[in-house]
Amino acid sequence: MSQAETEFAAPAGQGSGLAALLRKPWLFWATLFLSTALISHYAFDLYKALDARWIIRFPSAWQPDFEGRISAFMTWLLEDARILGLQFREITRGLAAMIEAPYDLVLDLFVRGLVFGQGQQAVQILPPLSWVAVVYAVVALGHYTKSWALAALMGGCFGYLAVFGQWESAMVTLSSVLIAVPLAAGGGLLLGILAYRLRWVDLMLRPVLDLMQTVPVFAYLVPILFMFGFGPVSALVATIIYATPPMIRVTIVALRGVPEELAELGRMVGCTPRQQMWKVMVPSAKPTIMVGVNQVIMLTLNMVIIASMIGAGGLGYDVLTALRRLDIGGGIEAGIAIVVLAIALDRLSQEYATRTVEQTARQAQGGWLRRHRWALSAAAVALATFLAGMVLPWIQNYPAAAEISTGAFWTRAMEYINVTYFDTLDAIKTVILQWFMLPVRAFFTGIPWVWGLFAATLIGLRAGGWRLAALVFCLVGLIVLAGLWTPAMMTVYLCGVSVVIASVIGIPLGIWAAGSAGSNRVIGAFVDTLQTLPSFVYLIPVVMLFRVGDFSAMIAIVAYALAPAVRYAAHGIRSIDPQVIEAGIVSGCTPAQLMRRIKLPMIVPELLLGLNQTIMLALSMLVITALVGTRDLGQDVYIALTKADTGQGIVVGLAVAFIAITADRILAASARQMRRKLGIEQ
Amino acid sequence: MTHSSILLECIDLWKIYGHAPEDFLKAHGGAPTTADFQAQHMVGAVRNANVRIARGEIFVIMGLSGSGKSTLVRCLSRLIQPTGGQLIFDGEEILGKSDRQLIEIRRKRMGMVFQHFALLPHLTVLQNAAFPLEVQGVDRQTRERRALEVIELVGLKGRENRYPGQLSGGQQQRVGIARSLAVEPDLWFLDEPFSALDPLIRREMQDEFMRLQAMLKKTIVFITHDFDEAIRLADRIAVMHDGEIVQIATPEELVQNPANDYVAEFTRYVPRAKVLTLGSVMRPGAAESGVVGELPANARIETVADQIERSDGVFNLRDADGATVGHIGRREVIDVLVGRRGGA
Repeated sequence: MSQAETEFAAPAGQGSGLAALLRKPWLFWATLFLSTALISHYAFDLYKALDARWIIRFPSAWQPDFEGRISAFMTWLLEDARILGLQFREITRGLAAMIEAPYDLVLDLFVRGLVFGQGQQAVQILPPLSWVAVVYAVVALGHYTKSWALAALMGGCFGYLAVFGQWESAMVTLSSVLIAVPLAAGGGLLLGILAYRLRWVDLMLRPVLDLMQTVPVFAYLVPILFMFGFGPVSALVATIIYATPPMIRVTIVALRGVPEELAELGRMVGCTPRQQMWKVMVPSAKPTIMVGVNQVIMLTLNMVIIASMIGAGGLGYDVLTALRRLDIGGGIEAGIAIVVLAIALDRLSQEYATRTVEQTARQAQGGWLRRHRWALSAAAVALATFLAGMVLPWIQNYPAAAEISTGAFWTRAMEYINVTYFDTLDAIKTVILQWFMLPVRAFFTGIPWVWGLFAATLIGLRAGGWRLAALVFCLVGLIVLAGLWTPAMMTVYLCGVSVVIASVIGIPLGIWAAGSAGSNRVIGAFVDTLQTLPSFVYLIPVVMLFRVGDFSAMIAIVAYALAPAVRYAAHGIRSIDPQVIEAGIVSGCTPAQLMRRIKLPMIVPELLLGLNQTIMLALSMLVITALVGTRDLGQDVYIALTKADTGQGIVVGLAVAFIAITADRILAASARQMRRKLGIEQ
Repeated sequence: MTHSSILLECIDLWKIYGHAPEDFLKAHGGAPTTADFQAQHMVGAVRNANVRIARGEIFVIMGLSGSGKSTLVRCLSRLIQPTGGQLIFDGEEILGKSDRQLIEIRRKRMGMVFQHFALLPHLTVLQNAAFPLEVQGVDRQTRERRALEVIELVGLKGRENRYPGQLSGGQQQRVGIARSLAVEPDLWFLDEPFSALDPLIRREMQDEFMRLQAMLKKTIVFITHDFDEAIRLADRIAVMHDGEIVQIATPEELVQNPANDYVAEFTRYVPRAKVLTLGSVMRPGAAESGVVGELPANARIETVADQIERSDGVFNLRDADGATVGHIGRREVIDVLVGRRGGA
């Protein structure tokens, strides 16, 4: 039975007209859409006719000065606040020093070498690890973790970085990752354990984690920049804050997933609470926790690249400068290096997470020398190349003469594409802009705030009842109060357009992937790769082909946000009870009927969850596309970042988060509603 | 049974789930009825359980899923806190004990075997078996020596360095048994230890269990949903239904005098020769003529059926003191074997 039929079969006509309207979906959505379109279209004329400017613009006299107050608070915090007698500034400095010390050490090891003295008088006492040693070490790690194939992949990736002249930047980026990952993973693990053990920590952390997931990354770059100043420390702090919440979540889920019997075993043999946690719970949860570590590594890499805006350096900085100079070749070169590094780190950490007990067992055999042969040989190679490097410099540093620069090639290739296919590309861009994006933009930006607030609340009411309606009213109301209605609607428009296109591409791909093992392998690998790449990378080809503007932003967002649409659709199809499909086949459904009458209606809740994820990713990418010249909230955050305006950064960042939370709650409530109706409540 | 022969005793034990269970129990004078539970949407997982477990006996708690047997055993081991009642272990009330005291009791005096083995996946067989000792802080050499002993005891010698994932289900449960024995517990809990195994392996493990118990003579609380397993292993059986203990009796008493229809339903298809002793079907007094031999009155019919059936005469039966208490012939045995005399 289709969705509509169940809906209409429900008893109607009781209660007021509004309640009846809320119950019939098509009537509800059609009425809402038509009235919104009408109001949106005539809002401007209405304002002219009535000379009531408040209709389209929320009067600034009614706006409380959120931004000024937050900025003032931050200034006070930094200059006057004392915590336990310590000046706040001293605390941030202490933190910075604690992070900077190990970072410097790692940077010395990989990039700078041990340097004595400052500036001009600096003398390098010891060189950094030679490229040969690093490549050998990652190959050894690959073999130790899984197989020669992984070793070859690792060698290939790092070899690429050396040969194609990206070594130094890549090592700077890698150093940041190496510092941020243990801190984020370790901190996340400890907080997750605390939340698992203490209910009040869990209750306190939960809303923070929810918010952190939705606040765009640029937004917390601003206060961090304000507190720690421009430089690698700020970047590391931002990275750690960004990568920790998922680790906390995974840890809580992993610990809760430990079979009850194992917990009982720990108590039966008389474990103290500490032994229970570290000898029973954490080791049993380790496979899941390792998945979290993999996530932390990938998020760290993503953020380290973005944080080049506040001084992280490395590959991200290369991309950023290339983008700013429109240096096509340089941008693509650095972008590919990021991709290569991302793939290497992802494969390695993923294989490590899925290591079997047998592997561990095999490696745990033999004497000390045999068990540590890889670590020992890596140390030996490092020492040997250090000594040999004094005589043969090419062993220490990859010779510049043998570097292959692909920059010029890429520049020419792009030029060729742009010259040859200009008409085609431009036509695609114009058609989509003219016939799809611009009308949608006019629709959303025309909605007066009063009606927008009302409509959003109404949708909340329909999807989840009074409580959700109240929440939506508050969140949207705050956006209005902050005077951010118009840029917020720009955000909704760009995000909405991208999500629609991502769904139109992604859902059929997902359904196709679920159809056969072969297509699943290809599409799965494609989607996995898309998800591995740091968001920054998506900007490069887009800007090269379409220049700056909404269209470029849209393409980048679609590429970044495609993965969940594909994944959830595939998962939805796969998780349909095979008996239901068999029943359809036995009843004589054609494949088309099978899809339309059985499969599609059954995966709607799953699709809604996928849509939810797509929206979240789209919003997070949206902010980054501010770099290619959008005019929404993302741009406002970016401007706040460049001006180091904490108040604006936080307020606008929260506005994006509120949009995300509103969308999330409404979609989650709708999915729940539909699940219940289909009788597949989980 | 004298007091000192009792190792574990629970008196009026309740475990109630729902809103404010203690208040609920108090409000109904410590004995809420089924109607009370329904009226207030409470669940009585264990209701008014009274159990006395003697040293060295195999006490089986039998019930179908949802009968409360798992909850009861978790109350007895204090893995969960009962809502009300008393729990006396070796003469001491342990419901009021602090966590620290409980840890001490569990470390030294209790062992438990779990339905799904509960082996730590990251530890080898040896390390798993040594785990309870490791937790106590026993040094590596001592604990591994002891672990090797128990591994040998359960017949897994030579596999100490395997990981649980590399073992079959039966072997994994042997590790679970070895681990629970490593601390030489006084009280041994087995929570459906063989339910997750294939029928053939289950049988083999039951034999193995009986062999171990013949050597170790532990006090055992054994949980099962399998009535055949219960009568095979038990000295006494407690049958549970809807959170209540319906009957506590020896397998023979259960078969002969089921307390109600629910218990009778279980006993109906039990092969009687396996449960009944000669004493329960004998004719009283010594036989006057045709006596061809003597048999112990407490022998199970199954074990001597062939011998009696093959002979034309009757056998006099001796009790444990050697006194003749009755006699039995081919006729009585055949009656039992073909089920002619029902439960009597």
